[in-house]
Amino acid sequence: MGVATGRRSTLPGFGLTMGLTLTWLSVIILIPLAGLFLKTFELSFDQFWGIVTSRRTLNALKISFGLSFAAAIVNLVMGTIVVWALVRYRFPGRRLFDAIVDIPFALPTAVAGVALSSLFAQKGWLGAPLAELGIKVAFTPAGIFIAMIFIGIPFVVRTVQPILIDLDVEIEEAAASLGASRWHTVFRVILPSLIPALLTGFALAFARGIGEYGSVIFIAGNLPNVSEIAPLLIVIRLSEFRYADATAIAVVMLVASFLIIFAVNRLQRWAQTRIPAH
Amino acid sequence: MTIELKNIVKKFGAFTALDGVDLKVANGELLALLGPSGSGKTTLLRIIAGLDWPDAGEVSFDGESTLGHGASERRVGFVFQHYALFRHMTVFENVAFGLRVQPRAVRKDEAGIRMRVKELLDLVQLDWLADRYPNQLSGGQRQRIALARALAIEPGILLLDEPFGALDAKVRKELRQWLRSLHSEISVTSIFVTHDQEEALEVANRVVVMDKGQIEQIGTPAEVYDNPATAFVHGFIGESIVLPVEVNQGCVRLGGKSLGIAVADGISGASKLFVRRHDMQVGPIGAGLLEGTIRHVRTFGPTQRAEVALCGGEGKTLIEIDAPRDRTLQAGDIVGLRPQRYRIFAAQD
Amino acid sequence: MSRPQPTSSAPRRDVRIEPGPIRVAIIAMALIFLSVFVVLPLAVVFAQAFAKGAGAFVAALSDPEAWSAIRLTLLVAAISVGLNLVFGVMAAWAIAKFDFHGKAFLVTLIDLPFSVSPVISGLVFVLLFGAQGYWGAWLQSHDVHVLFAAPGIALATIFVTFPFVARSLIPLMQEQGTQEEEAAISLGASGLQTFFRVTLPNIKWGLLYGVLLCNARAMGEFGAVSVVSGHIRGETNTMPLLVEILYNEYQFVASFAIASLLAMLALVTLVVKTVLERRLDEG
Repeated sequence: MGVATGRRSTLPGFGLTMGLTLTWLSVIILIPLAGLFLKTFELSFDQFWGIVTSRRTLNALKISFGLSFAAAIVNLVMGTIVVWALVRYRFPGRRLFDAIVDIPFALPTAVAGVALSSLFAQKGWLGAPLAELGIKVAFTPAGIFIAMIFIGIPFVVRTVQPILIDLDVEIEEAAASLGASRWHTVFRVILPSLIPALLTGFALAFARGIGEYGSVIFIAGNLPNVSEIAPLLIVIRLSEFRYADATAIAVVMLVASFLIIFAVNRLQRWAQTRIPAH
Repeated sequence: MTIELKNIVKKFGAFTALDGVDLKVANGELLALLGPSGSGKTTLLRIIAGLDWPDAGEVSFDGESTLGHGASERRVGFVFQHYALFRHMTVFENVAFGLRVQPRAVRKDEAGIRMRVKELLDLVQLDWLADRYPNQLSGGQRQRIALARALAIEPGILLLDEPFGALDAKVRKELRQWLRSLHSEISVTSIFVTHDQEEALEVANRVVVMDKGQIEQIGTPAEVYDNPATAFVHGFIGESIVLPVEVNQGCVRLGGKSLGIAVADGISGASKLFVRRHDMQVGPIGAGLLEGTIRHVRTFGPTQRAEVALCGGEGKTLIEIDAPRDRTLQAGDIVGLRPQRYRIFAAQD
Repeated sequence: MSRPQPTSSAPRRDVRIEPGPIRVAIIAMALIFLSVFVVLPLAVVFAQAFAKGAGAFVAALSDPEAWSAIRLTLLVAAISVGLNLVFGVMAAWAIAKFDFHGKAFLVTLIDLPFSVSPVISGLVFVLLFGAQGYWGAWLQSHDVHVLFAAPGIALATIFVTFPFVARSLIPLMQEQGTQEEEAAISLGASGLQTFFRVTLPNIKWGLLYGVLLCNARAMGEFGAVSVVSGHIRGETNTMPLLVEILYNEYQFVASFAIASLLAMLALVTLVVKTVLERRLDEG
């Protein structure tokens, strides 16, 4: 990498900009991340395995991965409904709601955390009526689930939206003229052609939820083994100066998110070869 | 199946796409809707298919009104201009789609579907592509698969929107002949839209010429070519020499000079003379003939084409005529021209 | 030709539209979902901030601790946005204007921070600079404070906001190609002249877009900063960290007052972003 090849460019500055880019990238990203992996190699495999499979760690990982997966499923379904309403229908406030979808991206996670926590607290706007029904959200795993739905909302909507907008009108008309009911057209023709985008949005929301910290910890209750997410366990281990434990959990999470990103990249490439955009 | 359209009107905002169209299509016909873009021909096709609704008028199939039925209930095979193949399905699944979405009561079983799809792929001679995806096919192959897909539902009517529009010239020629022979094989009432007169004249049994939302003429290819009903049709089909003339009491004048040709009753004042290039007879100058100087002669095929600058009138009018090769024409010759077959239409504005 | 009367019996059915009740149900579900999960939390922030009146809100923001947090947040944002701006432009120049092996891989590396949990983004700096970290002992003996001080917070923030500027510039600059720059060079312009007079005017909206998103994230970052800050009151608390501390001390009005400032930042960012996107679309 970093070696200019092929076409000779008349433009100046390749050496300088590439050199500084690689230096800066190394100092900020590569060396610190390498340090993380090096730290794990100070552990023997048994030590590493012991940390990762300890009850508390395992539960924290289960909670982060499991609830994030469930929240991503909710976002897959609701995101499809939202994107359908935003793209296909005209109703008052449509543009406003379109803009609102980005708020979970833009709102600092700590603000989202305290807001959700307050909203679902026993005396909160939503917490109070839910409590009357006997449903407790704040300080339970349900709270984590809610927070993860919140931060995942934009992913499915924003990945599917451009594809749905560009979808060829004719394929729907073709399906109708072949005798398909609207139901068949939607479920056999439109949704299948959105699958790559839907899966990408799902995977991105899933990855985001696994690592999410700020918006979750306020509403979570943070009870070990019950409502303690993996990132919080890292913070706790750090405050106990158990760096090895923190590092081992971090490595597991990092590897998982890299795998997801890799899967997304493959998915995009597959979608492009089989279903090229016109 | 027969089709009857009565007084179809369709507006898109202030734009009138169809302005009172009447049309009857007989069972088994192969009809071309020919016209420039914006003439309303695609809108008409979409109304027949149930993809658009007219603002007024009546559409009936076999004498029964069909406006109460949506596109999915009409059993009209529609081949889209860009084929609209389902990209996430194989060729086989594309063709099978119309069979799979039928109500359970009438749906064929899996073996029946397989057999029917196989038949259709054989019909379009592309059975070897069954497992491919649409983006692995050439344009001509996609066109044929789109046709097979439309035929799967055993439509009473087949509609094709610019069926050859997106193909290159060579494939177009091949597919035209193929479509005609396919039609004689399955003889489904078929209508196709085109803006290419050659395509319409070569493929269709009857041609409907449209302009500005109205039908200008309906007739066999020979009729619309040889006896254009309106100035528009004469100008649109085949290449014509158009000359501004003045008609006064049966006398046709060009730039003040009498041409000595007859004119139908009822035409008077400023008019237009239409002559096909090969219908302009070239000879020595004489009374009652147009006179012009040959600028340029090009020879190819069975005829030679001469560019002639007409004398008289204001300024110089350049026309191109086709003459047999046995007549020697040379640049600089001054010649007399007589329209042998011609039409005169009153100038519209 | 006589005008035909419109036939009222003809149904107008667009094949691409679902039946009315389904349409209403889909819109209702979408709006309820967005209202419950996005609008309500946002509304809660402002409602809580003003729960005890404007006086309490103003008092909360005039607290010296709040001021200290605001100052630190602005300082960290200025540093990280500034550095990432310079880096991002250079990276985009190298990547968009030249061909070389491993370009896709380099872009993936630049994107890496997006897929790293914020807590881990902080953790990596603790491992380097913490008391038990690789360079912790050396730093301590030379009395250099990185962790639990502004430099550590800035480093973690730079890590987290690393991709924004480069990511918003690379596609834009690739699309614009190199012809204009080559023309400038052939007319005798120097490299810097070419950049400032030809490239920069073409990418200014994209650059602003990247800076805007980078800044929003820098000011709002919580997880990474939380790990490296040490939460020293009046010294190493940024605004998001102060929101947390005040909330945990049940000082809700004060906590939400700070939170409302951050929420305002998010809203302004969104509005400006929408405007910029429209400009970028127009080219």
